[in-house]
Amino acid sequence: MRMLPTIVKNLFSRPATRRYPFKDIREPFPGYRGKIYLDPNKCDLCGDCARVCPANALEISLENRQWKYDPFKCIYCGTCVETCPPQALSQDKYYTKPAAAKEAETISVPV
Amino acid sequence: MARTVIPFGPQHPVLPEPIHLKLELEDEKVVGVMPIIGYVYRGIEKAAELNTFRQNTNLVDRICGICSFIHCQTYCQGVEALMGVEVPPRTRFLRTFWAELSRTHSHLLWLGLLADALGFESVFMQIWRAREIVQDLSEMTTGHRVIQASNVVGGVRRNIDKEMAQEVHKRIVALKEMIDNSAAPALLHDATIKRRAVGKGVLSKEQAELLGAVGPTARGSGVAIDVRQTGYAAYKEVGFEPIVETAGDSYARTLVRVKELYRSLAMMQEALALMPEGEILVRVDGYPQGETVSRCEQPRGEVFYYLRGNGTDHLERLKIRTPTFANIPALLAILPGCEMADVPVITLSIDPCVGCSER
Repeated sequence: MRMLPTIVKNLFSRPATRRYPFKDIREPFPGYRGKIYLDPNKCDLCGDCARVCPANALEISLENRQWKYDPFKCIYCGTCVETCPPQALSQDKYYTKPAAAKEAETISVPV
Repeated sequence: MARTVIPFGPQHPVLPEPIHLKLELEDEKVVGVMPIIGYVYRGIEKAAELNTFRQNTNLVDRICGICSFIHCQTYCQGVEALMGVEVPPRTRFLRTFWAELSRTHSHLLWLGLLADALGFESVFMQIWRAREIVQDLSEMTTGHRVIQASNVVGGVRRNIDKEMAQEVHKRIVALKEMIDNSAAPALLHDATIKRRAVGKGVLSKEQAELLGAVGPTARGSGVAIDVRQTGYAAYKEVGFEPIVETAGDSYARTLVRVKELYRSLAMMQEALALMPEGEILVRVDGYPQGETVSRCEQPRGEVFYYLRGNGTDHLERLKIRTPTFANIPALLAILPGCEMADVPVITLSIDPCVGCSER
């Protein structure tokens, strides 16, 4: 009986949920830890990001001058962003979109 | 009379996590119970030896999805004690704030599950709607909704500035109002809930002490045991006192959690108000050496960490004892004698977190 006022109120109010994916979710708060991006022009391939990554989501290939990032292994902790000495990494406030296959991203770093 | 053995779990509608209880029944009455655990073992203690001690903060975060912050806090406090690091005062208050946020999250989640187990769907929905505010607070202050990843050895990674503190305060007031208006009256005064919980699964004070029960399970039986009394983090400053009920039944354990929920909200506001200015992170050099224990109060009770370092980047041993593991003997003591239909609610009343206890 004590729930009755709440139930009556809910009967006439809009749903509390959103119809994702048909409707967009609300904007994340500023500072939300989302996807990691690399600025290849700043990167010096030191490999610190790969060393500190707790999920082994980052790989550096010195021979091919490549930076490999697996967004599906990444736990979005942001440790690499805080560690990166030349500050080449940045973190977006949007989460990785769902995908049909788990694929890593490879970015070539210019000399 | 012939005895029947009925399996309860590991897959059961009221249990989100897999614990298997073999119930021995005489007619409808439970006379014996045998627990079987080990369905979600993940080998985290071994993994913690393979990771570096800094990477472990993210690993112990993932032991539990609900009290992840407190796991990490216990770990960091242990490593800091090993390395002789003193964290800045502001960090202690921020850790208290997030630990209480986790407790609010956990207790709301549990109260919702209890309502669900009782078949009280509308209360369940209302409580989880209130929980959404807690997750928003977590997202706003740490950047993550569930696993906050804001503790590191030597401090915390995020700060709460004045502007954000005001916003947090507003949301806490809204959350309190929401609980006041919908969930709390139903949980505290509803006749159906009382009929299903009062006098069910009684754990006496002597039993609770003997079986080493912790957390709300022990406090519901009149044992005033709470690690926060030791005053780690900023609990001395925010004025903590344990909440104790004496009846020892499922309802007493519910009451402890409802009261703790309000206490946590008050402590969060207190922590934000009393927080001194200053650094939030200190630089930590060197490697952990020696052994130590670290204890914290989780929503379900005391969590215990044993750490041994050998002066390298890796820990030699990390042993974790979680509150659910300590509460399972108490569960086995209170189940015999109850009706089969009461088993789900009584099992839920110790708030089992199986993922935690199996690590």
